[in-house]
Amino acid sequence: MLNGIPINYYIMLSAVLFIIGVVGVMARRNAIIIFMCIELMLNAVNLLLVAFSTLHQDASGQVFVFFVMAVAAAEVAVGLAILAMVYRNLKSIDIDLLSRLKN
Amino acid sequence: MLGLTITQWLFGILSFLAIMFALMVVFTRNPVNSVLYLVLTFFCIAGHYLLLNAQFLAVVHIVVYAGAIMVLFLFIIMLMNLNADTEPRKHIVTRLIAGVIGGMLLIVMVGALKGAEQLTIVRAGASQIGLVKNLGQVLFHEFLFPFEVASILLLAALVGAIMIGKRDTNTNDKKVINN
Repeated sequence: MLNGIPINYYIMLSAVLFIIGVVGVMARRNAIIIFMCIELMLNAVNLLLVAFSTLHQDASGQVFVFFVMAVAAAEVAVGLAILAMVYRNLKSIDIDLLSRLKN
Repeated sequence: MLGLTITQWLFGILSFLAIMFALMVVFTRNPVNSVLYLVLTFFCIAGHYLLLNAQFLAVVHIVVYAGAIMVLFLFIIMLMNLNADTEPRKHIVTRLIAGVIGGMLLIVMVGALKGAEQLTIVRAGASQIGLVKNLGQVLFHEFLFPFEVASILLLAALVGAIMIGKRDTNTNDKKVINN
């Protein structure tokens, strides 16, 4: 058993990273920081997918991580474009100002 | 060394660093520092991928996240001229409640682990599935259609980002005329 790490440790690590992302989304008002916390959550899930894919010796998990990365890249591109447009109109990216979007 | 192998040492150090940097992302006030800490977190996660012998994913992770996405974040933040002084802050009660909710969620997630006590060991040393050759064969045999759909998704996101980010010339002209 040259390099055995229990899968539970990976689950714990991913859970902690995911929770940090969740707390960041709830506790911050800067929209860009919220985006970054979403990236953090996606990465926690990716890490767990890779760990289980290695555990079960099945490459499908790693291919799924590949697709998650593609979707995350698309999401970031569109989301940052929306934020840039919002900043141009409001001169702020405070998420609480965005709650009254209809005005 | 406490009966731990070098892989276990590396796992512990990388996990500690990843969690610390992730905490700094949330608790740093300056957005630029936040982005830089997130890049460091991504490097730690790439190290985890290497430990799991997922070499292709480690490289792609660094190239896509640390290379492309984070540079995009930095560009946007510097474009908007944000810093710690202009940073809006939530009320202290809201932040406390967020921390409590996060802690409770963590308790639920770790508590769900309690039933699964058999401690299966991940043996990554002999794993060959993370190499480019095997991953490419799986990707282009079993997942060819999703791969093509992902390319269409990226194209749509590209067009959408340009359409949204483009300055609306018509309204600007109207404003000039009205003035």
